[in-house]
Amino acid sequence: MHPALQGLITIIVGVGGCIGYFYLSNQILDRFIFPPTGDNAGRNINRANMVRPWLFLFPAIFALGLYLAYPVVETLRLSFTDRDAGGAFVGFDNYSQMMSEPKFWEAMRNNMLWLIVVPAASTAFGLLAAQLTDRIGWGNIAKSLVFMPMAISFVGASVIFKLIYDTRAADQEQIGVLNAVWLSFEGGPLSFLFLRIVPALLVLAFGAFMAYGVYLSLRPLIWGENRRGRGSWWAIPLRAVVALGGAWLLWLSVKSIFSLLTVSLPYGQPQTWLTIPFWNNFFLMVVLIWIQTGFAMVILSAALRGIPEETVEAAVIDGANPFDIFFKIKVPQIMGTIVVVWTTITLVVLKVFDIVFAMTNGQWETQVLANYMFDKLFRASDWGVGSASAIVIMLLVSPILIWNVYNARKEMR
Amino acid sequence: MSSIAGSKSGLTWAVHLSVLALVLLWLFPTVGLFISSFRTADQISTSGWWNALFPAEQGLVLRTGTAADQVQDGNLFVVSGNLFADNDENTDATISTWGTSSRDISAYEPGETADLGDDGRLTVGANGDYRLESDAELTSRRGERVFVTAKTPPEFTLQNYERILFSGSTTDSMAKAFFNTLTVTIPATVIPIVIAAFAAYALAWMRFPGRALLIAAVVALLVVPLQLALIPLLRLHLGIGIGKGYLGVWLAHTGFGLPLAVYLLRNYMVGLPRDIIENAKVDGATDFQIFTKIILPLSFPALASFAIFQFLWTWNDLLVAKVFLIDATGETTVMTNQIVELLGTRGGNWEILATAAFVSIAVPLVVFFAMQRYLVRGLLAGSVK
Repeated sequence: MHPALQGLITIIVGVGGCIGYFYLSNQILDRFIFPPTGDNAGRNINRANMVRPWLFLFPAIFALGLYLAYPVVETLRLSFTDRDAGGAFVGFDNYSQMMSEPKFWEAMRNNMLWLIVVPAASTAFGLLAAQLTDRIGWGNIAKSLVFMPMAISFVGASVIFKLIYDTRAADQEQIGVLNAVWLSFEGGPLSFLFLRIVPALLVLAFGAFMAYGVYLSLRPLIWGENRRGRGSWWAIPLRAVVALGGAWLLWLSVKSIFSLLTVSLPYGQPQTWLTIPFWNNFFLMVVLIWIQTGFAMVILSAALRGIPEETVEAAVIDGANPFDIFFKIKVPQIMGTIVVVWTTITLVVLKVFDIVFAMTNGQWETQVLANYMFDKLFRASDWGVGSASAIVIMLLVSPILIWNVYNARKEMR
Repeated sequence: MSSIAGSKSGLTWAVHLSVLALVLLWLFPTVGLFISSFRTADQISTSGWWNALFPAEQGLVLRTGTAADQVQDGNLFVVSGNLFADNDENTDATISTWGTSSRDISAYEPGETADLGDDGRLTVGANGDYRLESDAELTSRRGERVFVTAKTPPEFTLQNYERILFSGSTTDSMAKAFFNTLTVTIPATVIPIVIAAFAAYALAWMRFPGRALLIAAVVALLVVPLQLALIPLLRLHLGIGIGKGYLGVWLAHTGFGLPLAVYLLRNYMVGLPRDIIENAKVDGATDFQIFTKIILPLSFPALASFAIFQFLWTWNDLLVAKVFLIDATGETTVMTNQIVELLGTRGGNWEILATAAFVSIAVPLVVFFAMQRYLVRGLLAGSVK
């Protein structure tokens, strides 16, 4: 049978089956099981109304349970078993085997980089684009063009960016934009300005930002102040972790400023960008940032529009300049939305698979967890370690999961 | 006052310019792919796509006609013709300089005559017309080599699309993958909507114990990574005999799409006016009637938003298709997978890659621009909470 025909039949059977199920089950409930007539009419109506929600919910609960809830439990179980040993329970063997693999740690390190860089960059660009496009007449057109990559598949985007990163031998004309731009630098004063001073300043700004973040997170610990009065027990370790992360990034940026200023750049030689260890991760991240910025922009732009005019007007009357208005009036008011955007992009990052798979397949030290897991599953056929790495992804996601559920429940009250 | 006005307009200009820069930066990659898909393999490999919009200066080695083409004109032996036409090059090109030796390829201007000694005298015009005349009969079996520097106008071709869509080539053709993708996408978009709509109605408008818990569960399942589901579900599918195929991928997409569908639709339905529903109840409508006659039509915007999400997600998906659909025969390959394979086998053939990629992103782009309003609304409903 032709698959298209099969598809059509599936639609008819699926949709018809669903509607038929809902219709018939309601009919049966009302006509035969609890008919609203006779002696017990009142009681029957009440009973029928108690059962009915579950009729409406059953297909969804069944599908959600089978396709999402059950796999979580089953993956956890599989991560403690060994496929070759006939599914015997092996305790934490899979985990310790995974931990002893350098590829896993490479994937972890890269994932952490992705987790920091991509949400930060996408949110920042999105905020910038939202703020700028809200102020001009053709803003909506601009927005829809920046938003457009959302519709492009990760695979399609990978092809697009592979063309940008393409490399030809030095004596040929470059067809990749990045190499064409790179070869236009020859080591003169302009190259010094654009390839050393400007990036160094950017990294310096990032480092300063991180230092400020470390200071902010450590301040209450050092001075023992607890003004908010919410001295939860988990606040102290959380602050310590944030401060440690910040300090690590600060150290990284100081190191990179030094290397930026001292490294000798291979001018005039075309680079194979995707094979340069460490930096190639950033070339992959650019793809995701390019896609996710539009998302951040759309959400943040709606939030910016929701800001009460009076607060901005009051600031203008008080003589605030546009930057003050943006950073001190607008950003604090949309902080909640920024957090939502940030976490949503974080979720996308944790599951990123297609980009790495299509562009490097984890070679040249670009492995990430999702691709590592796919590798274990379908190339090494090692379901135990594959499941273990899936559980690691789940663990990384779970803080966001808990936070979302907590917020959703708070809202419903 | 004037200084304030001046700084204001200066700032406005800065805003316009930075938005323009941002938009161009964001469009640039896609435009590159789009233009490349209309260029021939030669063009792509000899110049960057950003040069394709302007006349390109090209160095060519062309040959004149051979001795066999000569005609006798009085006591002269003449070979004439057009260099570009004779060599199957673009005839719209204009020669800026030319030469007859590889050591000096720009020895002559168009219209000048080169003395080739025993081989005669060669005159080449700007449009490529040449005339080679000699006092003695020409004997050379090969034509004279002419090195020309020519400006060729931009030239685009549809042959890549023909090759990708209609050639039937086993490695390059996307036609089958295109229909496979459609076959995956449409049922995988329609079925979750129906299931989710009923569930969302129950969660929004029916009172029963455990409702809050169920909503919390949906919110939790919203973020469960797909990766966890792969092994257990593949085992399940293989175990109950579905195996790898369309049915499996439809079911998988339905399951993975449900949390978002239920969440979006419930949030929307909760916001519908209570009066309408209560009036209908007073008039004796059953829940089923309320749902089909009132809730569904009113929820159209939310249904449309989810439909677009699910469509884009299933169309662009690679992982689920790779795990649940594509078997060893590769008969059921989808476009994303086909492109990844082309990246492996045709890594350097950008005309094939660019065209294949553009074919696969064209449909989502059309949907995106046509239904953007609903997409934005869905994003806002799904995130700003």
